[in-house]
Amino acid sequence: MKTTISYPEKAAMGKTGSWRVFRPLFHEDKCIKCWRCWIFCPEGAISRNELPSINYDFCKGCGVCANECPVNTIEMGREEK
Amino acid sequence: MAIKDLPKEEYVLQGNAACPGCPATIALRTVLKALGKKTIITVPASCSAVIQSLYPKTSFSVPTMNIAFEAAAASASGIKAALHAEGKDDVTVMVWAGDGGSYDIGLQALSGALERKTNFIYICYNNQMYSNTGIQRSGATPYGAWTTTTWAGKKEKAKNLAEIVMVHDTPYVATASIAYPTDLYRKVKKAKGIEGPKYIEILCPCPPGWRFDMSKTVEIARLAVETGSWLMYEFEGGKLTFNGPSKGIIEGTKEAKPIEDWLRMQGRFRNLTDNDIKEIKNELKEGWEFYQKKS
Amino acid sequence: MKIIDTANNVVALAAKMARPKVIAAYPITPQTTIVERLAQYVESGELKAEFIRVESEHSAMTSCIAAEATGVRTFTATSSHGLLLMHEMLHWAGLARLPIVMVNVNRAIGPGWSIWSDCNDSMSQRDTGWLQFYCSSNQEVFDTVIQAYKIAEHKDVQLPVMVNYDGFILSHTSMPADIPSQKEIDDFLPAYTPEWKLDVEHPITHGNIIGPEYYMEVRYDMQISQQKAKKVIKNVDDEWNKKFGKSHGNLIETYRCDDADIIIVAMGAIGAEAHASVDGLRKKGEKVGLARLRVFRPFPKEDLQKIAEKAKLIVIDRDISVGIEGAVATEIKASVDGKVCGFIAGLGGRDVTHKDIMRMYNLAKENKDGWYSVEVR
Repeated sequence: MKTTISYPEKAAMGKTGSWRVFRPLFHEDKCIKCWRCWIFCPEGAISRNELPSINYDFCKGCGVCANECPVNTIEMGREEK
Repeated sequence: MAIKDLPKEEYVLQGNAACPGCPATIALRTVLKALGKKTIITVPASCSAVIQSLYPKTSFSVPTMNIAFEAAAASASGIKAALHAEGKDDVTVMVWAGDGGSYDIGLQALSGALERKTNFIYICYNNQMYSNTGIQRSGATPYGAWTTTTWAGKKEKAKNLAEIVMVHDTPYVATASIAYPTDLYRKVKKAKGIEGPKYIEILCPCPPGWRFDMSKTVEIARLAVETGSWLMYEFEGGKLTFNGPSKGIIEGTKEAKPIEDWLRMQGRFRNLTDNDIKEIKNELKEGWEFYQKKS
Repeated sequence: MKIIDTANNVVALAAKMARPKVIAAYPITPQTTIVERLAQYVESGELKAEFIRVESEHSAMTSCIAAEATGVRTFTATSSHGLLLMHEMLHWAGLARLPIVMVNVNRAIGPGWSIWSDCNDSMSQRDTGWLQFYCSSNQEVFDTVIQAYKIAEHKDVQLPVMVNYDGFILSHTSMPADIPSQKEIDDFLPAYTPEWKLDVEHPITHGNIIGPEYYMEVRYDMQISQQKAKKVIKNVDDEWNKKFGKSHGNLIETYRCDDADIIIVAMGAIGAEAHASVDGLRKKGEKVGLARLRVFRPFPKEDLQKIAEKAKLIVIDRDISVGIEGAVATEIKASVDGKVCGFIAGLGGRDVTHKDIMRMYNLAKENKDGWYSVEVR
């Protein structure tokens, strides 16, 4: 029997980091660990370790994290490939 | 509660098909953190059908039933009835629907499920238009907004679905914004503990649909609240309580930011005339007065 | 146990004895007394099930789909415009491979409002992937509802089943029926074990976006399962016959066909009425037989080819595919080599008596066919 059953899988659409045009750069010295970048990332591509860390395999480069960071610890730069 | 107190668990997996800067995934991540793994969701036609990614893979890690556009609430009734028959009352059933699937085509099924007191959470992630099909007007599109079916701006104001839900004697109704994640988390968590139908509507600004830069998704969601264009409240036991900046705006203790600040950030309002802005301001004032009398 | 009751009450009893866990239904004439009775069974505790009082037939089918997808047996019943409103979800149930059982009481479509028998409602659903049965007695209605669950849930089938019968002619007419005991039904129909379900311990997503590289295989699998269903239907009918001494003819019930030169093909109540016509014509020396199509989906092409080998066919349709002819006639013409005469009759509940059928036989002998009582008399 065949129907449209799909199974959960990370990277279902591949490494969506390849969609990125702008790249977030994290300057850890200024981080106050408010975790706004983590909760607002549409992709869940920022993990909550000691400090936030960006998973560039999946970051689509939207820049919400940089826009929402209260201390400008994330800077958007053009992606160089 | 601070953001750091929210659970780390993720149920929307990385590498999904959502647009960059998508508000629906921001909202769903927080919603599922509040509901946890014992949750079944049912999704009518909407952007979220795409966000799940392509068969045979899915980016949602809780059981998910896609269903026809007008059918989400009836689908929830069926799932809940089956779970109850099997003695699995500890599983939460959630509808995850857009405004098109809620305000328009899905309204009849929603009304039915509310009236028969299905024990479920209906979440409408409201981006004020049909985004998935390419930005057409919905019953939630505000006055003056450009869409691909209202080229000169919508001539009518949005309907108030939360009010329609309230008059169904719904035990819990709340509105939220993706800019206030701890407020959203708290509301979903509270809804989970209440018996009967619960309705939560989340404002979700859509970058391609509202015509703004994708980095501004949360900023515009916040400004919608700060200008009083979007009101955040809870309705429980017949009592209406406003939350966050909406509280001050309704109680008159805090001045709302000028609505122009919010309108100007969005390309969909680019062609508003001075008269249109006057009309929008009137509508805002009437909306606040309605709730001032009510709360 | 012998009872005398209407087809609708017999359906409610059969549905109860099949032990569905969820029933979702909306009232429509002439189906209404089925759901009234079922609501009573559930409220009195005679049937332990959830009864969802939905606000439309679209939601009735949606709720059944969702409940079945959560792993439980379901039941619903409808008629006419209710079935039409469900149309989108009938496709959904088929493609989702959910073995839902539904009774449809055949009724004409408006405007003008007609509450009388006509198969245009169910014929309009023939491409949805549902198996379709057409019954001709209350006994057959009972037996088919129970059998439908066993067929639908069979691992080779896994498709929804629609059990049809004529509005009022059967639905509100009392006839005798033998009802097995609950224990006998339970032995025949074991508890439902789903092939897939929504389960928080094993999360899956059902029905997300599917690309052109996968879609055709999903459809093809439905087609294969419909083909396999023919054997399953025969086996289930044989098992029922062995246990309860009743067969309704598997896919096609034949009557006096062995030496027949002409065979009348009909469904439902007209199929039952035609017995008397065959007897009447035989008395006059005509070599005529009857093939009552009990199953329309899967279409019993091979059985019909065998029947048509030696005889000319007269097909009576209680439906019309406007712009061509009766749907059954079209499909039979596409399946057999021999001569086929097609009559449209009985639309909107117009009486089709055994005398009318004899008349159609005589017209066919003169090589006439078409709209009986309208263009040919």
